[in-house]
Formats: sequence, C-alpha cells, structure tokens
Amino acid sequence: MSLLTRCLAITLVSAVVTLPRTISAEETVSVRIGAKTFTESVVLAEVIAHLAESVGAETETVTLGGTPVVWKALLAGEIDCYVEYTGTLREEILQGVPLTDLPSMREHLADQGVLMSEPLGFNNTYALAISPQLAEKAPGLKTISDLREMSDLRYGFGNEFMDRGDGWPRLSATYGLPTVNGHGLNHDLAYRGLESGSIDVMDVYTTDAEIAHYDLTVLEDDLQFFPNYQAVLLLREEFAEQALEVSAQILRLEGIIDEPTMIGLNSRAKLDQVPESVVAADFVRSTFDIDAIAEVETRADRLLRFTREHLLLVGISVSLAILLAVPLGIVAAKRPRFGQVLLGIVGIVQTIPSLVLFVVLIPFLGVGPKPAIFALLLYSLLPVVRNTHAGLTNIPESLLESAAALGLRPAARMRLIELPLAARSILTGIKTAAVINIGTATLGGFINAGGYGEPIFAGIRLDRHDLLLEGAIPAALMALVAQGLFELAERWVIPPST
Amino acid sequence: MFSLSGVSKSYDGQTVLPALDLTIDEGKVVVLVGPSGCGKSTLLRLLLGLIEPDSGTVEFRGQPMTGNIVPELRHQIGYVIQNGGLFPHLTARENVTLLASHLKWKPEQIESRVDELRELSHLPADALDRYPTQLSGGQQQRVALMRALMLDPTALLLDEPLGALDPLIRAELQKDLRDIFRSLGKTVVLVTHDIGEAAYLADEIILLRRGVIIQRGTISDLLHRPADPFVVEFISAQRNPLEEVTG
Repeated sequence: MSLLTRCLAITLVSAVVTLPRTISAEETVSVRIGAKTFTESVVLAEVIAHLAESVGAETETVTLGGTPVVWKALLAGEIDCYVEYTGTLREEILQGVPLTDLPSMREHLADQGVLMSEPLGFNNTYALAISPQLAEKAPGLKTISDLREMSDLRYGFGNEFMDRGDGWPRLSATYGLPTVNGHGLNHDLAYRGLESGSIDVMDVYTTDAEIAHYDLTVLEDDLQFFPNYQAVLLLREEFAEQALEVSAQILRLEGIIDEPTMIGLNSRAKLDQVPESVVAADFVRSTFDIDAIAEVETRADRLLRFTREHLLLVGISVSLAILLAVPLGIVAAKRPRFGQVLLGIVGIVQTIPSLVLFVVLIPFLGVGPKPAIFALLLYSLLPVVRNTHAGLTNIPESLLESAAALGLRPAARMRLIELPLAARSILTGIKTAAVINIGTATLGGFINAGGYGEPIFAGIRLDRHDLLLEGAIPAALMALVAQGLFELAERWVIPPST
Repeated sequence: MFSLSGVSKSYDGQTVLPALDLTIDEGKVVVLVGPSGCGKSTLLRLLLGLIEPDSGTVEFRGQPMTGNIVPELRHQIGYVIQNGGLFPHLTARENVTLLASHLKWKPEQIESRVDELRELSHLPADALDRYPTQLSGGQQQRVALMRALMLDPTALLLDEPLGALDPLIRAELQKDLRDIFRSLGKTVVLVTHDIGEAAYLADEIILLRRGVIIQRGTISDLLHRPADPFVVEFISAQRNPLEEVTG
C-alpha cells in the first residue's frame, strides 16, 4: 500500500463508519422549518412541525444561529418557513424601507417571494415588570405611567436596556420617570434581585419564561413606547403554492398564542427542562385536538447520532483536504514562488472567522452539513499544505541527488523517496487539521450541521450545562482519540529509524 | 565511454571549470585527485548529468548527457557518494533493490542479484534487513556500492566513497574496492583527495587544480615525470608524517 493510500485510509475510516442521511423520494410534502437558537423560536418551530405532520407532511426543524442566517436560508429555499418578529423585520431585515404598518411590510416581503401571516397573537418586546411583593403593596400599579406616583423604587436594568437609545433613557423621558443613576445588571442576576427583594422594577421580554416562574407583574406600556415585536409566520411563496394543505394547517396558528401561553411554553422548555418537541406536541394536542406525539431520543441514541454526524463532518472534510492539500503542498515545494503565494492565501483563509464563512456560504451551499464541511475543508488546507511543503523542502540535498542519480524520473522520485521522507511532517499536518476540525465542527450548530454542536447550542439557548457538556465532553474525547490514533498511525506509516 | 569537450561551469560567478576537454576510456579505473574546490566533484556530477555545463558537451557512449533520456542513461552508471546517500526510510535491501523493483524485475532475479552483490561487497547477511541508521559507516558504503551495481552498469562513479571512514575500515574497504574493480572490469571514475588511495586503486590518475588538468598518467608518471611543480607539491604534502619521523 502506498503512503498516500495509507494516509487516506486512516482518515476515511471515520467517514466510512457512517452514511449520509437519505432523502426519501416519495410524493409526501416535506417541510423544512427554521428556528433561531433560542427557546421560543425552537418551540414554535416544533409546533409548526407537529401541525404539518398532522396532515401527512415530513418535517425537519433546522436550528440556525441568528436572524441573518435564518433569513438568508429562507431566501435560498433551504428552509420553507419560520417565525419572525415584526420588530426584527422592521429593524433588521427590511432596514431602510419606511414601513408604517403590517400591510406595507407584507407588500415588501411579497416582493422577495415571502408571505407573511397574521400575527400569532403575542408580542415579544421589552416591558417593565415588578416583583410580587410590590404588586401586593401597591395593587393600583398596573401601567408604566403609574410608576410616576411611586417614590423610592429600586430599578435594576440590564446592560443593554440601560445603554440603548430606545431603552431606559428615552423611556424615562417619555413617561417623565426619575433618572436612574446606576449600572446595568446581568439579566439573570436582576431576576434574583427581584426575587430577593433587593430591586423592585426590572426590564423583561414579555414572553420570558421567568415572568411566570417568579410570578412577576408586567406593567402595561400605556403610552405605547416600546416597538411592536409581534410574532408572525414567514412562508416561502413557492412553498405555500405547492403545499396548500400544509400551509393552511400551519397558518391555523394565527391569533392562537397570547403572551401567557407563550410564557407557559417557554417556561416548560427552559425552566422545567421538558424537551421542546414534547412541549410543542402537548400544546398542539390540547389546542387543536390533534394527536401529536413527540419522538424523544434517549441520551444514548442522541450521543450516537451526534458522534456519527460529527465523524462525518470531520472525516469528509479532512479526507478532501488531503486530496487537495497534499498535491498543493507538492506544487508549492517544487515551485517556490507559487508556493509563497499559495501559503499566503491558505494562511489568510485560516483567519476568516467560521461564523462569517458559514453566513457567506448560505447562498451557494445552503445550510446543514455541506457548508460546514466546505468551511472545515478550507481550514484544513493550511496545516496540511504547510506541513507537506515543509516536509518536502527539508529533505537533505544528498538524498535528493541520490534519488536522481539512480535514474528515477521526477514522479517516481516523489512517490518512492520524497513523499515517504516527508510522511512524518505530512501526517502531523493531517493530525493538526483533524484535531482542530473536531473542535471547529461544533460551530456547525450555528447552521444546523449536526454533530456535537447541536447539544452545545441547545445547552447555550436553554442555559443547561448538562446539554452543553453532552457536546463538549465527547468532542474533547474525540480529539484525544484522534490524536492517539494518529500517533499509532505514525508508527505504522513511518519506519522505525527515520 | 565518457567524453567532455569545452565544458565550463561556474557557480554564482565563481568559475569552477574554465574549459575542460577529457575522454575516459572503457574498462579503466580513473581516479580524480586534487585539493578541495578543484572541481573534481563537479566533474563527476557533470558525467552523470546531475548538473548541466554552462557551455560544451558531455557525452556518455556517444550520447549527449542531456534531455529526456538522462534517467535511462543513468541506469548504465552506478553512483556512490560519501556517507552512502542511503534512503533512511528503506532497509538496506530495499535501498539496493529500489530501482530494480521500480523497473519491474522478477523477484527471483532481484534475489539472486542481491546475493551475488552481497558476496562481492562482503556485507554480512543480517545487515540487509536493517535500516541505514542501524548500520556502521563501512556497512553503509558497502550497501551503497551494492545499490550502484544492482543493474550491472557499464560505468561506476564514486565521490569520496571512503572519505568519512576511520583508517582501519578505510584500509579494508580500499582493498575490497580494488578487488571489485579488478574482477568486474568496469569503467570506474573515483574522486578522492588522497593520493595514496589514488595510487592504490587507479590505472590512471588525473590531477586537477582550479578546474584545470595539471597532469594525467600513472602514479609512476606523477612521481617520476611531474608535469608541473604543483604535482610534486601535492604529492609531498600528503607524505605520511610517520615516514619522516622514522626516517
């Protein structure tokens, strides 16, 4: 077996263990539902999934990191629908377009091939909330205007709310409230402060799970200061036309979910740690009288799936990197000027932040494992190209001359002499790429690439360390095992005395 | 066998060979001697086509040593360098058989040739399956010689083959080399700076100085009919100090 085949075999082993997901070619409608990586968005995506499944559709929920990613994925047809907020549409997605009301917003979205539903019912915006103790002490305190009558209140606001122009500074001016000298608090700390009675008023999001948990009273924004963040469903027009029945079914959500309902769903998922899909199934069952059942993976099943997906991401990307980077390293070693340019380019590629790369790749490769593998491949180039180049250029001149003197042609010299002599260095480069990729692949959770990134991102959005560790520990173990296997492989590939 | 005409070579503006004409006849053992930097190693590399002359031509058996046929021509020329130049990732046997295997020789043919050469070069049988770093300096040179002779070339070029060996091993290998040269009857060009070694091995000695042939002849020519005062100087400089002490 030649050296190159051996190197390939080592990294392919991991890839062969698993097979790509198969996509069924049946006539059933399949729906890909987008979600941002926070609890509410994921719960709503699962609700939509259960509704769609109730009319026979196949569904996949695609968790993506942040508004730009989800929006781009919708435009690219990578997902068919997701729940967005009118405030986000106004401030981020349709930025620069003067919008006054929902119809004009709907019109602008239609221009881009996106349909917008009627509001689902709840408004997830900033609000002020007071502690149960205060609510008991001052039963008349119902609106933000009522705060004017109260003195000696202790305010505790989050950093962002304190600093934003449309946060506390303008709110207090609008309502004529006293200026608060103070510093911003961490949101979680503010909740505890309210519970322990060290503060009386804090800023919240109107659907925060904690509102129910701490029994807080949300004050009415009677001057309508806070912008509207009405939840609406966005659908790809093309999809809606093709899947009329499914679209009609999921649009049944319009006007169904009010704030207390959403708070309840968030609270079950986040505070009671019930899996989002179970929370959603229970909701769909009780609200629409539909027999929705959530399939919950056991931890072992989950871990197995994450491991399989993660191995696939790393195995494919590193194997492709070997096929591409070793030849590039050879050319770089043989053509020094081209080599300098090439090493410069792969070095620059290495500095592109992975999240940026993911977002940039959406229009070309969509979301999921494909762009993640492509990004990982790019990151693998530098260590493999550089080590191939270094391994080849460090071969002593006398050995190169001996090989030439034997009468071997350049290609045979490369295969029989130079590559084997550079093998240790090349293998080290591949090992570096593999170990780095095992870590970087977890960021694939940002674009629904699967693997250990999935529990890590879930752990972050649900604030659950057990989920976080479900991804972080196996990833670390996998890196260690990879390191160990490569060291064994070195002994196998490289003769004892070189 | 080899024929150089009007060959010049410089490195970074330093002229190593100004303009050399030289013919080496078939079946002769020719030894190139001279001080360091006299161009003897450069000359050897030119013979093998490892470097190309700036001007002039190098021919091997009437064919110019240039272009695409050079690798094939090299199969007819064995080459041994100081420290052997053995490939560290291959065992002694793999070093010896590398080219033959590459050229798809039959395994039996390879095996019998290796046995033949091992006896010729006096290499212990168990050394064949060791890696170069596990061999002594003398054994490495014996393996290098086997590798050079594997395809039974018509010519053998050796560049300071014994330069890095201690005196006892060197003396032993000098004797073995002479026996091998005599028994094979190949055209041999050997480079050394040691006039004693040259005298012991050579049919013909070529003394080089700054890329110019000062004298060409037998050792007796050089001793008794020096063509230039430098010949006397070079030979006497290498007299064994022991002789002077003991008279």
